[in-house]
Amino acid sequence: MVKDQSPSLDRVFHALAHPARRIMLRRLAAGEWNLSDLAAPLRMSFPAASKHVRVLERARLVRRRVVGRTHLCRIAAKPLADANGWLEGYRQLWEGAFQRLDALLDELKTNEKHGGQTKHGS
Amino acid sequence: MQNTGTLKLTTRGDREIVMTRVFDAPRSLVFDALTKPELLKRWLTGAPGWSMVVCEVDLRVGGAYRWVWRGPDGAEMGMGGVHREIMRPERIVCTQLFDQDWTGGEALGTIVLIERDGKTTLTNTVLYSSREARDAVLKTPMEHGMAMGYDQLAELLASTQTQKENR
Repeated sequence: MVKDQSPSLDRVFHALAHPARRIMLRRLAAGEWNLSDLAAPLRMSFPAASKHVRVLERARLVRRRVVGRTHLCRIAAKPLADANGWLEGYRQLWEGAFQRLDALLDELKTNEKHGGQTKHGS
Repeated sequence: MQNTGTLKLTTRGDREIVMTRVFDAPRSLVFDALTKPELLKRWLTGAPGWSMVVCEVDLRVGGAYRWVWRGPDGAEMGMGGVHREIMRPERIVCTQLFDQDWTGGEALGTIVLIERDGKTTLTNTVLYSSREARDAVLKTPMEHGMAMGYDQLAELLASTQTQKENR
């Protein structure tokens, strides 16, 4: 049900779940790379790196264009922003609750100082 | 350095959400606020306009808990589970399942409280049954009527900020 409304987000989280792909994304944040250079620090073969890029492409995090024998990759920002948006929404929901908890804890601390009794029976 | 008031939220691996928050209070009080129904009801109210209408907690290993929220239009959302571990005042492990089961099965929540210099770091790790379940949870605040009214939230944040600055 829920996931069907946003299949692309599932792909984004899946794509981000692998450290090699996160390294690729971090490097791509700085600009366009050809696939061989992009994969160099990961010490993997071209086909292996290409597979990872394909996962990133499917999540629409990365775009690849082929010029002759060179595969040029660059980042596509929007799906990442969407994923951050979801995480941020969840964070804000909890942050609202935790701010109420802050206030409650202040009250409990004050009550403890004044004789260990709270009006809520704890 | 422990900064109170900043919620850190991350995903870990495929199936976990990890939440960390520091509270300016000893952990015995935080533990109470997390486990006593009369206290839980005051802060775990859900989105603006919602309130907690059922809060039953049997704080024993094997004991159940049940939480239900009601929204302004009468919509209800409930969840519950069973306590697996209780180490007062530092650790609570419990199962959790929403009535609508939009997480595709039970999740396991582990809360750890660490106290230092009168401040308590809360770490809440929730392990879901699958990656899809975990991701569905991240989407829920906006897709299940639990959504914060973002304007209200912005106001709340602004007013809290002002209070802090004026202290």
